[in-house]
Amino acid sequence: GLGVLGLELFKVDCISFSCPFFAVYQVFESVAKKYDVMNDSMTLGIHRVWKDILMHKMNPSPGTLLLDVAGGTGDIAFRFINYVRSARERQLQRKLKNHQNLSWQEISESYQEDKFKLLGDSQVVVCDINKEMLKVGKQKAQHLGYSEGLSWVLGNAEELPFDDDKFDVYTIAFGIRNVTRIDLALEEAYRVLKPGGRFLCLEFSRVSNPLLSRLYDLYSFQVIPVLGEVIAGDWKSYQYLVESIRRFPPQEELKAMIEDAGFLKVDYQNLNSGIVAIHSGFKL
Amino acid sequence: MWPIADGATSRSLVPHSAGVQGRSRPCQCLVGSFLLRFNIYTPSWVVRPGGYCWVTAECSPLLPHVETHHRRDAAPFWDETHRRLPRPSRPAGDPLRSSEGCYQLYPGHIPTSPLQKALLAAGSAFMALCDPYRHDMVAVLGETTGCLALPNLRDKMKHHPEGYRILQERPRIRLSTLDMSKLRGLPDGSLGREYVRFLEDNKVSPDTRMPPKFVDDEELAYVIQRYREVHDLMHTLLGMPTNMLGEIVVKWFEAVQTGLPMCVLGAAFGPVRLSARKLQVLATELVPWAIRSGRNASCILNVYYEQRWEQPVESLRKEIGIFPPPAVRV
Repeated sequence: GLGVLGLELFKVDCISFSCPFFAVYQVFESVAKKYDVMNDSMTLGIHRVWKDILMHKMNPSPGTLLLDVAGGTGDIAFRFINYVRSARERQLQRKLKNHQNLSWQEISESYQEDKFKLLGDSQVVVCDINKEMLKVGKQKAQHLGYSEGLSWVLGNAEELPFDDDKFDVYTIAFGIRNVTRIDLALEEAYRVLKPGGRFLCLEFSRVSNPLLSRLYDLYSFQVIPVLGEVIAGDWKSYQYLVESIRRFPPQEELKAMIEDAGFLKVDYQNLNSGIVAIHSGFKL
Repeated sequence: MWPIADGATSRSLVPHSAGVQGRSRPCQCLVGSFLLRFNIYTPSWVVRPGGYCWVTAECSPLLPHVETHHRRDAAPFWDETHRRLPRPSRPAGDPLRSSEGCYQLYPGHIPTSPLQKALLAAGSAFMALCDPYRHDMVAVLGETTGCLALPNLRDKMKHHPEGYRILQERPRIRLSTLDMSKLRGLPDGSLGREYVRFLEDNKVSPDTRMPPKFVDDEELAYVIQRYREVHDLMHTLLGMPTNMLGEIVVKWFEAVQTGLPMCVLGAAFGPVRLSARKLQVLATELVPWAIRSGRNASCILNVYYEQRWEQPVESLRKEIGIFPPPAVRV
């Protein structure tokens, strides 16, 4: 039952409830401010490369509507905006090249039209269950100068506050591991995606290479909680993080679960021999 | 041999059992399993109860080897709707299991391997230097480096009648255990009155001391907790405020008294952030006095402060052996 589930999953001292939901919430409440610093130090900055690869795999064109679930501090959202902006600029430059024989008046008119469409109607909705993470994300957006095309919504991945068939792409980066019922989250993802929409999931997965697996385990269990204590003052949250990674289903299992939710052409790509995997599926 | 379904190479030729004497078992960490491929067994003095070497084992040699229910063997929630892969069961000494699997000695105890303690010591020292307001880092540094000094302190306490009583009764200095109004009512110059004055002037509270987490012995955890709680009383006895200069003087005194590496490091590196004038005062008057007092004084942890609130500070200083503070404005 839920009691056994809670006890099994969460032996964090400060958690007095046995409900996994509250446990996860409290963990991320305490780590929100130091989340980005911890990510950089734990992965030695490689998480940026992983997220860039995800963005390249997505290859969004201007006009895409993206839903980034569990995207609290906005890493994927900002990368999406940058990608779409540069794609848009390339589009505009191509258009301008074709217009080189126009008079200067006509060119300035075409500038006026495109001025308000720097993003080309692309929008990203960042949805997270945790207010603190969203707060940090909003502050980062302000600090980095991202103003348009971003929305911040408080919501649960298992019960999204959106209508059916709304989004072109659904991403969940390093978040699906923290969801209590992965199958529900996948069903919700299927529901809110438009037909033809893409599901992308970036998550820690199973390392197949035995030597790398041992090194990875040694690093995870010996170093990461220490980093958590020294940088964020929180050993238990990062102990929980490492254990939740070990508990998470491996690549093939997750692929089966995604197929069960109704997605087609489900595939996965291992990064760093399985430390991280990108799963992709289409709603057709 | 365990059932392996995930393609990992079979790990052990030797079945796991606790406390096997005789033939040395290989350590199951990275190095040990590598050596095993060449039929080289790690010597038995390296392997701790639980099957792991002293670098990666989370149980200290003093802890009883406890076979605990390994949480990864229980069905994860998603198994109810999806196929389940049989997982290899791992011994309790495996670093892949949660740290809570090892015997937790006191509330808040986090068992750590020697490697983790070394990393913690280095990391907390660096962090404490970068950001002196990270008091938790100073505390962690004290716990992880105190493995030699703490048993010394505990033995000093055991061999003294008052210290022995403290170890038996385990008093705690907390706002909930102190009668603040009674202490305020005591005459000026008494320990209780001066202590409350110190707390109010410097706006500190005895409840902000971090409980120990990384000490692998329950009695030593109390010793370090007592040391932290008595720190404010040290300020009172030495007459030092809680500014940078005052803290460094108290650290010098405590370094001589306790021998804790954290105090020594704090005393040595603390002055780095001081101005030249303060450094001069420190070097010429305060530090020599602190060292002399520290050497002359009996162990500060052997005083049952809770039973001496009415005693005048001067008389307590004489009794312990602390020289009168120099007439310098700190």
